[in-house]
Amino acid sequence: MSVRSRRGRRGRWSGVRHEDGLRRADPALGERTEQTGFGPTELIPAATATLPSGRARGEDEAGRSQLAVFRRRFLRHRLALVGLGILVAVAVVCFGASWFAPYDPRAQDLALGPVGPSASHWFGTDELGRDQLSRLLYAGRISLGIGFAVALVSTLGGTAVGALAGYFGRATDRTLMWVTDLFLIVPELAILAIALQYFGQANWTIMAVLAGLFWMYAARVVRAQVLALKEQEYIEAARAAGASPLRIIVRHILPNAIGPIIVTATLAVAGAIIAESTLSFLGFGVQPPDTSWGNMLADAEGAIGTDQAYLLYFPGAAIFVTVLAVSFLGDGLRDAFDPRSGRR
Amino acid sequence: MVNYLTRRVLLAIPVVLVASFLLFVFVRATFDPTARLREGRGGVAAVARERDRLGLDRPIVVQYGDWLGNFVRGDWGESERTRTEVFPTIRRALWFTLQLIFWGVLLAAMVAVAVGVFSAVRQYSALDHSFTALAFIGLALPPFFFGLLAIEFLGVRPKEWFDLSEPIFYSVGLHSVDRSGFNLDYVRHLALPVLTLTVQIIAGWSRYQRAAMLDVMSADYIRTARAKGVPRRRVIWRHGLRNALIPLVTVMALDIGVLFGGVIVTETIFSVPGMGRLFFDALTAGDATMLTAWMVVTALFIVAFNLAADVVYGWLDPRIRLT
Repeated sequence: MSVRSRRGRRGRWSGVRHEDGLRRADPALGERTEQTGFGPTELIPAATATLPSGRARGEDEAGRSQLAVFRRRFLRHRLALVGLGILVAVAVVCFGASWFAPYDPRAQDLALGPVGPSASHWFGTDELGRDQLSRLLYAGRISLGIGFAVALVSTLGGTAVGALAGYFGRATDRTLMWVTDLFLIVPELAILAIALQYFGQANWTIMAVLAGLFWMYAARVVRAQVLALKEQEYIEAARAAGASPLRIIVRHILPNAIGPIIVTATLAVAGAIIAESTLSFLGFGVQPPDTSWGNMLADAEGAIGTDQAYLLYFPGAAIFVTVLAVSFLGDGLRDAFDPRSGRR
Repeated sequence: MVNYLTRRVLLAIPVVLVASFLLFVFVRATFDPTARLREGRGGVAAVARERDRLGLDRPIVVQYGDWLGNFVRGDWGESERTRTEVFPTIRRALWFTLQLIFWGVLLAAMVAVAVGVFSAVRQYSALDHSFTALAFIGLALPPFFFGLLAIEFLGVRPKEWFDLSEPIFYSVGLHSVDRSGFNLDYVRHLALPVLTLTVQIIAGWSRYQRAAMLDVMSADYIRTARAKGVPRRRVIWRHGLRNALIPLVTVMALDIGVLFGGVIVTETIFSVPGMGRLFFDALTAGDATMLTAWMVVTALFIVAFNLAADVVYGWLDPRIRLT
């Protein structure tokens, strides 16, 4: 059970800064602020690092395995369960769109034209008579697909880079931090938009470009974890026993950093969905005939103030609900992984 | 303080230079300034002439050096889209964007501090819980969706509901056609874009401020101050808030980049002729000269805001000046 006491080191990561997580998929913010290179920010964490721990939960958790403790805490977090439920439901109906969608999303019915939500068209139809519910589900497949893929790829890549930088330090470390600093002085959205012009706007390049920017958050988080963990006695013991660096990282360090990694990945899903839909809304992201939730909102912009304003609500609500669900889930996971974080 | 600031400025210069070089290469690699000619009647010869005129066949470092020299002297080239000088165009656009960002930061900081302090002092009160719920909602609302909703429900619809001759809040530009200056007309134009730009920022900052304030209020020196009989108000504002502002300043500095990205969406929705709109138009038209200047100017501003944040740190926390 010594693993759990080690978790205490994570205080800085888990405490103050998490709550602004969503905007940039950003538990990394805390880590980032420490090394931005712009300010004497090294001093800042000192003001915030020591948080009073949450309610003592020690007694009822003694003697349980880590997984059991985690499961118990997570199940107690009602909002997180709701978030997980919503996310799974949205994912199932979207990825199963070919079964769930009542109509062909591209089938036009010009004679019908735009009609409001009704029994035959739950979310109404647009001016081409396309069923909005069907379009929404198929668009969700692209939005969620990009979101999940970005989270997965960026977390794997970021973990690898962060672990190397944290473990070996020196040049890797400096380069990594330097690159992240550079990205802080130009707006992400602008870089993403131009990069998509360069690489082309196929769905997989959108995924790749987003992942190319999102890996830094995971890298920051993992790097900080590795820096803290590698000084532990058991790592020294492993080294003395002749374990290779790769083995030490993969077998001994990363399993103990899995909590923050998973939380970062979760929040990256939210960040990626928002980034993709913003780009698509502006017309720089997913290109027709493919449609994401952002494209649907862009199409609906002209409906403001008209009788077709309902065209606006559903795709927007889809993004909103999904992102909210993901952030609840991330919140619950963080609390479950971190014994120190009380419910503040 | 002067020493400390000088060091900060000197450290920022190489960062800006490297960043501007990378941006220059990045934009040059993405867009071909002669793309238009390729489709034109002149054919290969015209393209070659234009490449020669712009010096595109020289090494990229030489091109960058040239560009930098001109940039510093205020010659930022000619837009490929409108054939106008880039410098005055950006200056005009920057003025609109800075208005949005100024009011946005002011609003967000005031709300964040008020909410943060209140929530920390009255932790777990009904209002604190409501603020938390609102913050979650705000963080999950993408700005473009919020902007469209704001136009619908705060701009267009109320006009119908109350049978007004004009909307309460406008959704186009920052002034009515023949108006200018700071007046009610300005505020009615400003309200929706500023709100759209900052809704996520407000939510994020207030959560942040709440956590920082909670953290500070449980520190030993707060207990000491209370124990020796300092009035509660003074403990909260002088001992508490002043220290709890330091992390907020950090996020504010980091989020300036987000704001400059945010104006792209906001200004596109609200037809504000600022930097965001300029970026949108330039990127759509593949206007490389404009984009390079845009990126570098934006980077300069973000660096400047970070320097300003350093000054504020120095003022909030005297220890920092010594490092």
